[in-house]
Amino acid sequence: MPMLNAEEIERIDAQAVNSAALRQPLYAARKKIFPKRVSGGFRRFKWIVMAVTLGIYYLTPWLRWDRGPYAPDQAVLVDLANRRFYFFFIEIWPQEFFFVAGLLVMAGIGLFLVTSSVGRAWCGYTCPQTVWVDLFLAVERFFEGDRNARIKLDAGPWTTDKVAKRTAKHAVWLLIAVATGGAWIFYFADAPTLLVDLFTGDAAPVAYATVGVLTATTYVFGGLMREQVCTYMCPWPRIQAAMLDENSLTVTYNDWRGEPRSRHAKKAMAEGKIVGDCVDCNACVAVCPMGIDIRDGQQLECITCALCIDACDAVMDKLGRERSLISYATLSDYNYNMAIATGGGDYHIDPRLVRTPDGRIASGLAHFHLAKIFRPRMLIYFGAWALAGLIMVYALLSRDRLEVNVLHDRNPQFVTLADGAIRNGYTVKLLNMIPEPRVIFVSIEGLPGALMSAIGIEQPEGRSLAVPVEPDRLRELRIFVRQPSGLSTSGTQDFRFVVQDKASFETDVYSATFNAPEPAR
Amino acid sequence: MKNDHIDEVSGVSTTGHEWDGIRELNNPLPRWWVWTFYATIVWSIGYAILYPAWPLINSATTGILGYSSRQELGRTLDGVAASQAERLAAISEKPLAEILADEELRRFAASAGAAAYKVNCSQCHGSGAQGSPGYPNLNDDEWLWGGDIEAIHQTIAHGIRFAGDAGSRYSLMPAFGDVLEREQINQVAAHVASLSGTAADPVAAEAGMQVYADNCAACHGENGEGNRDLGAPDLTDAIWLYGASEEEIAQQVRIPRHGMMPGWADRLGDTTVKQLSVYVHSLGGGE
Repeated sequence: MPMLNAEEIERIDAQAVNSAALRQPLYAARKKIFPKRVSGGFRRFKWIVMAVTLGIYYLTPWLRWDRGPYAPDQAVLVDLANRRFYFFFIEIWPQEFFFVAGLLVMAGIGLFLVTSSVGRAWCGYTCPQTVWVDLFLAVERFFEGDRNARIKLDAGPWTTDKVAKRTAKHAVWLLIAVATGGAWIFYFADAPTLLVDLFTGDAAPVAYATVGVLTATTYVFGGLMREQVCTYMCPWPRIQAAMLDENSLTVTYNDWRGEPRSRHAKKAMAEGKIVGDCVDCNACVAVCPMGIDIRDGQQLECITCALCIDACDAVMDKLGRERSLISYATLSDYNYNMAIATGGGDYHIDPRLVRTPDGRIASGLAHFHLAKIFRPRMLIYFGAWALAGLIMVYALLSRDRLEVNVLHDRNPQFVTLADGAIRNGYTVKLLNMIPEPRVIFVSIEGLPGALMSAIGIEQPEGRSLAVPVEPDRLRELRIFVRQPSGLSTSGTQDFRFVVQDKASFETDVYSATFNAPEPAR
Repeated sequence: MKNDHIDEVSGVSTTGHEWDGIRELNNPLPRWWVWTFYATIVWSIGYAILYPAWPLINSATTGILGYSSRQELGRTLDGVAASQAERLAAISEKPLAEILADEELRRFAASAGAAAYKVNCSQCHGSGAQGSPGYPNLNDDEWLWGGDIEAIHQTIAHGIRFAGDAGSRYSLMPAFGDVLEREQINQVAAHVASLSGTAADPVAAEAGMQVYADNCAACHGENGEGNRDLGAPDLTDAIWLYGASEEEIAQQVRIPRHGMMPGWADRLGDTTVKQLSVYVHSLGGGE
């Protein structure tokens, strides 16, 4: 048998099903993002928002508010142990929790209102995730330098320098995380006391646990996971689709004047090609904290932080072109301008169509107009939001700080006394909802001849009892109402418990019934 | 499974699953997700070692922490008992008058007494202490043996006509059916009914007055006001243990019925009896 050469052996067209070339990764590592520093109007605005929101968060528990000797002097305090919520001049008891529910309703409608008018402003500016990531990025930039330095550092070997920088960065991140978790618990206890207790080890275990959990979440979400929280974990990017319409502002790449993009505009123009304003410098991509390219159009990942607008405006300034190649724009304006740039329907963009012959942006283009904010949808949202607010304000101003609740004994329904009088028992709860001790006068109206007495109140039987109630407390009384023999009509009689603070003239009334035996049959 | 289809828009291969032309992209999971998955596995291993986890044939692994929900319940109950210990000690040591004077202690004792009442007393006296024929209503202000706190305590502790306790209250009304004529009994019943203002035959009531003075006044008092030392009921009030009609009164004169209440001191201990006393005293008739 003659020997064959290797190339003479027929190659069969076969491939292992699990060959490396065919294998797809089951899990993808996070693609690292190194957002570049940027300056400009939106960046400045974001710094201000960050300062204000963080300031509110960290400083609020330290504000004092004098409520007299019987209530805590912390302006904002959620007192879980005593079931009280203090907010400056407002004190809320558990049964008034609907105020908090009302606030949540307002927050929800407010989010609809803001999102449908100016897009995901919540995501871009005020969401805690955005604010803390911004802060963590500033720390990262401080230790490791700007984008290029960070990319180099990340790719480089583990030198002493890299270890030092990374250690410093993570240490500061952890410090911020601890401070974040630490600030949270001050809302739930007297802040100055708790601060001392925290360091002396006297604070409640739940305080340390809360600090621990919030430290971990802040560090992991703000430092390590960053944009992945928004992309993978947060439901809001999905919900926003229902909130936005064609008149909502979104961060938009105006490709009707930017395309076709070109790195070599002059050369291309010399060749007679059509060239748009975009010089494809990728500045917008480099600054994006989400690591996306706004020129790909609206996308789920975009939190509309507008840093790409700042970046692009800076480039346009350098080139001597008009700003707003990337801008806040509505879809309807964009479509209108796009129709002009494409000459009505054609897919090819000719940016010359949106410019005057001498090169300026044409006057007939659509720009965002404030009137678009006041469209019916906005007015309905605002109306609902304001209505909820007005109802809350009304409820707050008209709410009772003195209340009475009455439980009529059902077993036995009545008691016949030795002298033939009929007695009914009531559990009366007096709510003194102000942080001052009060004497509440409990009296009965109606029920001829009836007198009452209360266990623990050493006062002669009468139609009115003076009951001292501790500040900010509920007092429960057993009250016996006795109607002398012969005056009781059989069956039930209606009467009223009236409680009054004779100093403030606050009054509350409870309509009660009095049971007497049915006539014998 | 090899699948050649590549999604045009994203450039990602698809899994081959298709529903009405919609294909499932085969995007890889984020890496952190699989880390989270591993973390849950590590957690479950730790949990299985520390806590009861694996069922065996007759029992289950106990875990090295030795946790059990029954123990936790026990600890909770111990905690409750410990939190009550101080007040229970105070109730046990202090005289009843002092307990009544201390608002907080009185409330605690009354609540505890209410619980003990539901278990031990409601069977006869009713869940609302409203009583029933033969079983006194504890809400009203009529007391056969006295309604101040000490008298109530004495009654609960030692019972009434209770053979098991030498200190028990004891009274016995003779059966006048053996002593008086039927006519006389009807007359005295009419008289007794008239004492509390119940409509009765005036002629019979008049005649009954003498029968009453001869036979009943010794215990029930000249005017029918009763005698607590003897447990003799007040006949002038509106409260009748065995009924207020002439007929019912006559029956009670002829062959008196007597209730029996056990003494509770030996069974419940003095602290609980004190709590019960405070509770009964607080029902509205306490003196």
